[in-house]
Amino acid sequence: MATFVEAIRQGIWEEMERDPTVFVIGEDVGAYGGAFKVTDGLIDQFGNQRVIDTPISEGAIVGAACGAALLGMRPVAEFQFIDFISAGFDLLTNYAAKCRYRWGAGIAAVFRGPSGSGLRSGPFHSLNPESFFLNTAGLKIVEPSSAYDAKGLIKAAIRDPDPVLFFEHKKLYRLPRLREELPSDDYIVELGKARTVREGRDLSIITFGATVLTALDAAEELEKEGLDVEILDLRTLAPLDKQSILNSVRKTSRAMVLHEASRTGGIGGEIAALIGEEAFEWLDAPVVRVASIDTPVPYSPPLEDYYLPQTKDVVDAARKLAAY
Amino acid sequence: MDNVTKTNSSNRRRRRPPGREIRIFTKYAPRRAPDGQALSCTTDTTLRPEQLLDLYRYLKLTRLVEERLVNLYRQTKVVGGVFRSLGQEATAVGSAYALQPQDFLTPLIRDLGAVFVKGIRPREIFAQYMAKAWGPSGGRDLNIHFGSVEKGFIGPISHLGDMIPVMTGVLLGARMQKKRIVGLAYIGDGGMSTGAFHEGLNFAAVQRLPLLVLAEYNHYAYSTPTSLQTAVRDLAEKAAGYGIPGHIVDGNDVIACYEVTKRAAESARRHGGAVLIEAKTYRRKGHAEHDDQRYVPQGEIDWWEQHNDPIDRFERFLAEHQVAGKEQLAEITASVQREIDEDVEWAESSPMPDPEQAAYGVFDNSIVPPALRPKVLEK
Repeated sequence: MATFVEAIRQGIWEEMERDPTVFVIGEDVGAYGGAFKVTDGLIDQFGNQRVIDTPISEGAIVGAACGAALLGMRPVAEFQFIDFISAGFDLLTNYAAKCRYRWGAGIAAVFRGPSGSGLRSGPFHSLNPESFFLNTAGLKIVEPSSAYDAKGLIKAAIRDPDPVLFFEHKKLYRLPRLREELPSDDYIVELGKARTVREGRDLSIITFGATVLTALDAAEELEKEGLDVEILDLRTLAPLDKQSILNSVRKTSRAMVLHEASRTGGIGGEIAALIGEEAFEWLDAPVVRVASIDTPVPYSPPLEDYYLPQTKDVVDAARKLAAY
Repeated sequence: MDNVTKTNSSNRRRRRPPGREIRIFTKYAPRRAPDGQALSCTTDTTLRPEQLLDLYRYLKLTRLVEERLVNLYRQTKVVGGVFRSLGQEATAVGSAYALQPQDFLTPLIRDLGAVFVKGIRPREIFAQYMAKAWGPSGGRDLNIHFGSVEKGFIGPISHLGDMIPVMTGVLLGARMQKKRIVGLAYIGDGGMSTGAFHEGLNFAAVQRLPLLVLAEYNHYAYSTPTSLQTAVRDLAEKAAGYGIPGHIVDGNDVIACYEVTKRAAESARRHGGAVLIEAKTYRRKGHAEHDDQRYVPQGEIDWWEQHNDPIDRFERFLAEHQVAGKEQLAEITASVQREIDEDVEWAESSPMPDPEQAAYGVFDNSIVPPALRPKVLEK
């Protein structure tokens, strides 16, 4: 039975075995195995030429990954916490994202790290950064919600010819609920494809990452009230699987977008706009967004719980959506 | 980072740089000319006559291509701005010429000469400036913002400093591929103020990668004088902060630039380890053609033009040492001029890009469809 974190580690390990151009670069990824042990043991297996400890220097990590990728290497770069992606923002958005468009040089690199709130880690270790990058053409964005998907998606991301941001909600890393038996064969989960986690007739919850679990909990409660909820796990946020979103909404006619990042400027707005433009006639109610409030992520448990969308918020919103 | 316990495991195999003293080499630094004499170039060189004439060709090519670009700009055939390296051509040409074919370089906008040395043709540059379909970026980006991995040329982006960590990554990749290449990254007195410069050079120095950073002290970053960029006197002093050697070279002496870069490249290739080279030069034109240079003290530009022009100095050297006569140099210039005429004609004959091409190439389009403009309220 593999945990979420073990699934990602296995995925990277297998890709490094399969392809000698794959290497790992980041802070404390070597002997220490990474802050969350995602790269644990890799240095013993693959050596310090392919598992590279860097200075505290996200600009160097991103820039070096880009340069090595130009030479045909496939870097897997780690941000110790995804919050520190801001320190590599310039090279990600200006170099990695634009290289193929400018002169045909695709940057086949993965930029991954632990994201997400709810672990009482305060304003600098809790980020969900997808919105920073959704408006940058040229970056793929992936966020898994299960161990199976995590392994299949990280392997697909490493094989992808373009830069992929890979966000791992750290609350999921060792969550017993996500332990599962993984196939022993070499499998990938294709980027750009959403997954229907739960079939339902009455309303669609469109979400990804840790809030897939929130949605599942809410659906169970709503089922007791006779509401049949469909849950769509986006898995890839860019490029977005528009067709799966529209198919689900056309089926249920009611849609909620649920995410952990702040509400304003979040991906929820983008999805609501997509549904409004392309599935307007199918809607029986306004599209609702359930997300975090527009503040930094606070530290103290009561504050963070208020900040984050809770199961009861999803249940309340679903009831109103169904009754509209 | 701050809530993670650090271990001392990373110390287990670190080699120390040899010698921790501050090392700045000044053998080829600028010298005053003896009284009454005009500046020439250093005689301390192994360059053969045909190589010297090759250098001369690249210097003239750089200057004349830029002059032609200004003409095209005034005819409104250049879409964006034109950035000149007038007066500092020797730095780019001399340093790039010291590399071997398998080596990589990443220039800045005032290093057009280095781009030519790496085998890029003038026609590609003209097509880029004129935003034409046949340019290497197909009209998607400007001037020297493109690259050719086969030729070892990685074009810059506008964000100064970013190419230092990118070149560090090229060298990291090359090391994993067991290729013995050297990387030369250009930066200016302004670009050295960026965080990316520091992050890239620091990482290269720690990893002992064969990175040469060539810092051009050309006195101005747009309008800002170097005194407002840094508190050091010589940019080479900054090498000490990275535990690497520094060199100061006369950037307007093309032979000196070649020799210093060659020695630095040999040492980098042999021992690994980054080197910082500071080239003292002077930017005689503004940031771009629109810039009226009102911030430059009166007489300063004229002084450099009259007393320290890199092409004048090299012509003096070639004459003094009987490498070539006036006629031979005129022939080289005429052949450069013919190449430019041909290439401008080629670039002008290129069509502008098909508008819909804007939508292609963000991702590999065999996987992700192009970003075509959607039709509003149409199924």
